[in-house]
Amino acid sequence: MKKMAIIASKGTLDMAYPPFILASTAAALGFDVQVFFTFYGLTLLRKDLSGVKVSPLANPAMPMPVPMPVMVQMLPGMESMATMMMKDMIKKKGVASLEELRSLCLEAEVKFVACQMTVDLFEFKKEEFIDNVEFGGAATFLSFAGEANVSLFI
Amino acid sequence: MNVDKELDARGLNCPLPILKTKKSLADMASGQVLRIVSTDCGSVKDMAAFASQTGNELVSQSEENGEYIFFMKKK
Repeated sequence: MKKMAIIASKGTLDMAYPPFILASTAAALGFDVQVFFTFYGLTLLRKDLSGVKVSPLANPAMPMPVPMPVMVQMLPGMESMATMMMKDMIKKKGVASLEELRSLCLEAEVKFVACQMTVDLFEFKKEEFIDNVEFGGAATFLSFAGEANVSLFI
Repeated sequence: MNVDKELDARGLNCPLPILKTKKSLADMASGQVLRIVSTDCGSVKDMAAFASQTGNELVSQSEENGEYIFFMKKK
């Protein structure tokens, strides 16, 4: 059986998609998949994903309805607005929500591992996370990734 | 062609047509045929990749009025 190992290290809405899309698709193709969530990626294991946002700041490639100077992008509320816009686009184009993709991963038996060191560092509570999460460290990831056909750092 | 099951994947974007195809095939018997209708042009290449990776047979694919129709025979 082919294996895929992913490190999910980012916690923004745009960067949350690649690990969940690739993990769920690889599982559908018959891969054994493990995703190791570390640093900001850990927020993607929270029960509540409503805090996952995208910022237009320092992101010149983000499509905006009107060109917006950086001084405006940094105003309060701009991040929420950009997030709302992107979620709206996601829905309109028939792209799955993060919640949907995450539960499809779990259904397909993708294994989620949370980085214990980051949990300690950021003082996350285990109750904040969804069930079906295992806790481990670098060696846990490497023992799986060492035999993987595909390894990605996202 | 004899169709045993239909999957309407219209309006869904990558990777949902593939994930739903996988799910639909799960409770079918070997040799049965699934007909999939998708509007995602990316699914043309993806269905072929799915078939070659999983061993299910993509019997045929065609396009009609912006819709992509696939016949997938379960391994």
